[in-house]
Amino acid sequence: MADTIQQRIQNQIDANPVMLFMKGDAMFPQCGFSARVVQILNHSGVPFTTANVLEDPELRDGIKSFSNWPTIPQLYVKGEFVGGCDIVTEMFQSGELETLLADKGIATKAA
Amino acid sequence: MTDLRRSDRMDETLRAAFAPEVLVIIDDSARHAGHAGAGPAGETHYDVTIVSARFEGMSRVARSRLVHEVLADEFTTGLHALALALRTPDEARRLTAAGAGA
Repeated sequence: MADTIQQRIQNQIDANPVMLFMKGDAMFPQCGFSARVVQILNHSGVPFTTANVLEDPELRDGIKSFSNWPTIPQLYVKGEFVGGCDIVTEMFQSGELETLLADKGIATKAA
Repeated sequence: MTDLRRSDRMDETLRAAFAPEVLVIIDDSARHAGHAGAGPAGETHYDVTIVSARFEGMSRVARSRLVHEVLADEFTTGLHALALALRTPDEARRLTAAGAGA
């Protein structure tokens, strides 16, 4: 049987320690909320992978049901759903995001 | 009641569900006019702050999921973006105290 979209998403979050489902890509985000999460991840200095839901209608719907979350962007760290733009922003401001990334063993890029 | 504006409907729904100490709903649609997802009639992008004891003991993700669930009908009828600040009364008081220095 062909991979279902749910299986594809599972594979993506398994294969990529910091996985961002977003509109556009890290270089050219196509939504302010996606752009803000990219900015935060860049600032945190961790390598991350993105998937552009605008290029893939199946993914755009699939990720919403997979995460039980109705909006984009969506951030996963080590296969675990962290949240969307508001939650990532709050966690960044409070320092919790840094702690989470460290606890999950995500190495920051060499300075 | 279906001809109520979305912000009025959301206000009613959220008050009934959360008995909030604070509820602020800002229609941010105009700022997103022209984007994909921003319909010509507006009523697509909102910024919502809720202070409610119902959030006690719940994670950030759980709080947001609960609000999404309560507003599920709005998402199926064109609500596109919902920025959420969800706090317990204690958290809100701490934030206010922290911001009230000077």
